[in-house]
Order: sequence, then C-alpha cells, then structure tokens
Amino acid sequence: MSTHQLPEHPEFLWHNPEPKSSYDAVIVGGGGHGLATAYFLAKNHGMTNIAVLEKGWLAGGNMARNTTIIRSNYLWDESAAIYEHALKLWEILPEELEYDFLFSQRGVMNLAHTLGDVRESIRRVGANKLNGVDAEWLEPDQVKELCPILNISDNIRYPVMGATYQPRAGIAKHDHVAWAFARKCDELGVDIIQNCEVTGFLKDGNRVVGVKTNRGTINTEKVGLCAAGHSSVLAEMAGFRLPIQSHPLQALVSELHEPVHPTVVMSNHVHVYVSQAHKGELVMGAGVDSYNGYGQRGSFHVIEHQMAAAVELFPIFARAHVLRTWGGIVDTTLDASPIMGTTPVDNMFVNCGWGTGGFKGTPAAGLTFAHTIATGAPHKLNKPFALERFETGALIDEHGAAAVAH
Amino acid sequence: MLLISCPNCGSRDETEFHYGGQAHVPYPENPNELNDREWAEYLFYRDNTKGTFAERWLHSTGCRQWFNMLRDTVTYDIQAVYPMGAPRPSTAVPAAPESGTASLAADSTTTGTTAPSTSATSTAPGITKSGTTAPEGATK
Repeated sequence: MSTHQLPEHPEFLWHNPEPKSSYDAVIVGGGGHGLATAYFLAKNHGMTNIAVLEKGWLAGGNMARNTTIIRSNYLWDESAAIYEHALKLWEILPEELEYDFLFSQRGVMNLAHTLGDVRESIRRVGANKLNGVDAEWLEPDQVKELCPILNISDNIRYPVMGATYQPRAGIAKHDHVAWAFARKCDELGVDIIQNCEVTGFLKDGNRVVGVKTNRGTINTEKVGLCAAGHSSVLAEMAGFRLPIQSHPLQALVSELHEPVHPTVVMSNHVHVYVSQAHKGELVMGAGVDSYNGYGQRGSFHVIEHQMAAAVELFPIFARAHVLRTWGGIVDTTLDASPIMGTTPVDNMFVNCGWGTGGFKGTPAAGLTFAHTIATGAPHKLNKPFALERFETGALIDEHGAAAVAH
Repeated sequence: MLLISCPNCGSRDETEFHYGGQAHVPYPENPNELNDREWAEYLFYRDNTKGTFAERWLHSTGCRQWFNMLRDTVTYDIQAVYPMGAPRPSTAVPAAPESGTASLAADSTTTGTTAPSTSATSTAPGITKSGTTAPEGATK
C-alpha cells in the first residue's frame, strides 16, 4: 500500500554541491544577475569551473521580490542599447534555456498626467524609435481601448492625458526565470552553493585571490559581485567604496481575480505600477522608502500611497484586498543607472546599482558582465556604465527620463 | 512607519519629515584644489552603512529645522537624535533612561572612572531637549 502513496521525486533542477577549494571564477550572489552571469560565462566563454555563492537561498532576494516588468523604453542611447538587448534576449531565452517562464509580451503603458509628462513622453517615444525600440504615443481614447478598466475621465486629480506604449514589453514569472538559469548552469557544470555567505576576501597585494565564507575559504582567480543591495557591504570588505545607497522598495499583491487587466500600466506622476500576474493577483509597486535601509521592509504609508494611486486610476480595484506586502533592498545610484565593470581591486568586478529596475536587465547584465569577467575588459554595451563615470562626469541620467521615477 | 522625535516638536510620524542622507559630510575646505576623484567622492560617494548610521532629517511639515539622527539601518531603531553641528554621539547602545551613563562609562574606562556621573547631560549633546537617550518606539 505504501508504495502507492508517493510518486517518484521529480528531477532536481540543480544540485547542492559542497564548495571546492578553488575555482576559476566565483560569482557572489545567487539571484537573477548572478545566475545569468554564470550561465553566460559557461556558455559563451567556456568557463565551467566556476561557482555561484548565495548567502541565503537561490533567488530569494530581489529576484523573488520584484514586480517582473520587462521593458526597454529608456531615454538615453546607452540605456536603450542595453535594455533593448536584454529584451531581445528575453524573447529567445525560453527556447535557449528550454524552459517556458511565461514571458508575456502584453505591452507596457506609461501614463502622462501633466503637460510636462506629455512633452517628456513624446520626446521619449521619438528617442526610442531612433534607437530601434518599439514605442507609440497613445491619446486617452486609445489608452482606454487598450486597457478598459483605466479611468480616463476628467474627474480625477490627475487625469490621463495620454501614454507611451511599448507593445513588446511585458512580464515573466520571475522564479521560473531563476530556475531556468540555475538548471542550465548546473547542466554546464557550474556549482551553485546556497547558504554560503561571503565574510571577506583574500588579496595578494591589490589582486583578489580568494573568498572567505562561512563554509571555508575558496581560492579563485576572479570574483564577480552581483549582490544588489549588499554590494556596498562586500565592497567595504574588499577595501573600496561604491556610490550607491541601499533603500527598501516595497510591493504588494491582491487576492486572485478573474483576468481584468490586459497590459502593464505605469504612472510616474501619481506613482504606481500595476499588472495582473498569470495566476490572477494584481501586482503593484511604486517608489522606494526615502531612508537607507537593509531591513527588507519599509513604512506602511508608502503602500497606502501607491494603493491610493491605483484606486484613482482603476476604480474597480477599490473592492480588491491586499493579500501580502513585502520589501526588497535596492541599490540605487545618483543617476539611476547601473554600475558594471572593473573595480579598484584587480580581478574583482562589480555589477550593481540596478536599483529598482534590475529584473528587466537580467539577461543583458549576465551577458555583458560575463564578458567583462572573462576578458577583463568591458563589453561594448556595459562600457558606458563603468564606475569611472562618476569621476569623468559622463553620467547616464535616467532620473525622470526612464519612464518611471526610481 | 518611523516615529521620529523632533528636537523641537517632539514625537511625530515619519510622513512629516524629509530624509537628508548621510550626516557629517562637510563641504570641501579648498574646492579649487580638488581633483576629479576627490570631487566624485564629495558629490556621489556616501557611506551605505549596514548598522548604526548617522543621517540628516528635516522636519519639513513642522518646525522646518534640520537635525541629525543615529539609526540602525537593519532594525530601523532610532538610537539618538542630536543637533546639526554637534559631533556624533559615541553611544550605539540604546540604553534605558537612568542607565544612560553605563554605556558611556564603558567608553571612558581608559581615562578613569570619574567622568560618568556628568556624562548623562553633557557628553551626550545629542540627545535632545526632550530628554531621554533613546526615543522610545522608534519604529511601529
């Protein structure tokens, strides 16, 4: 009788090896970016004697906490190039990774509520088109046609005056993205080591030669940091500073509903972004809590504010209930653009500063950061995002330009 | 939401305040002599401490005055509130009222034991008019 009770355990997607004493490269951080980096190191550069170290569980940080929006309608050339490359990778990755992570290109709408918004939006649509990014300007009636539950009447505080629309944008199942990368990494021979916290670095002069962890010391030729909100903590251990500030960023979901929301709607001005997950939850997020924080939680008034914005734009949401709220720790920079490249420590590389928008960049971050780690030099797509830009002044200022305030 | 003890107005909700980032970052004494690296440090680099952090806050919808605060960036507990211009209080240990001297005494053991009795009021300039060392109920 007992033989009928439990089916065979399905295949594990990845294994849990013990750390070896040495690797050719060590990636610190087992989230989306760390796993994507390891995958492209193995696939594109033949580096398979590598490890991904994760202090908690795989993809349990911001990869588990984001609102899964994928888009590439950024204003500046440097950003459009890397985010559009990411979007093109999202389009082929389900096949390449042999894992359907439900990438749904349902479009993303960025609402305009003021004359300033309208001008900025139309300018951004033009800039996007010149950069090969699909973008359209929608008048309010076209907005209503695409998303019937949106309130476009004049009787709200900030009426909808139009929107930009990127049809190829959308959402994906974030956990499945991580699992898809992890399975391929494992197949290619990458060691994914969970519950392994980095506590220090071994250096020979100015060159990193190893990583100290709570599971012993690991020698390595190269280190890539992919630790998002904890990047500053790691940099301090290694003896350099990063121009980032870690903030709590909160999001929430409602209970499950019938499909009511066909696209993704973002509003910079009243500040909320909303989509409906495949299962049916309404997924919402907004801005960061103002103070620095590592607590993976924030203040409730931030949640209240984003729900007020959501109910104003979508009156039917007034009858929905908040099921769950949570916070992640996002690594913000002053120009709202990521930092990728070399560091003051030889053979140590950093990928951080993605702030509130790292999920969409996952494949391109992985591809370009793997190139940087393998060759020691920047990829043409991540070169403008080097740490040096804070000295040269060549900032990539996406604050207010990138379709949503960060 | 944080409950912040404004030195002038007393305890108020966080929504009345504006965050000002890291405290004690002076304007460069000789700006003309800075190189690009030093300017980058001043303009873009701030500590991103995990743990006790000295930061500035503005009571923007109250007295509109700036002040400094020591806050733990993991637990969000507020450990001290002190005026702009005052040095960072040495305490990092939230102490119960009446036992405030004990934690300061630990810092002064090298110079003897006479200091503690005066330190409750004078060495913790910080700690605001409203009195106690650690504002209670820092978070809620």
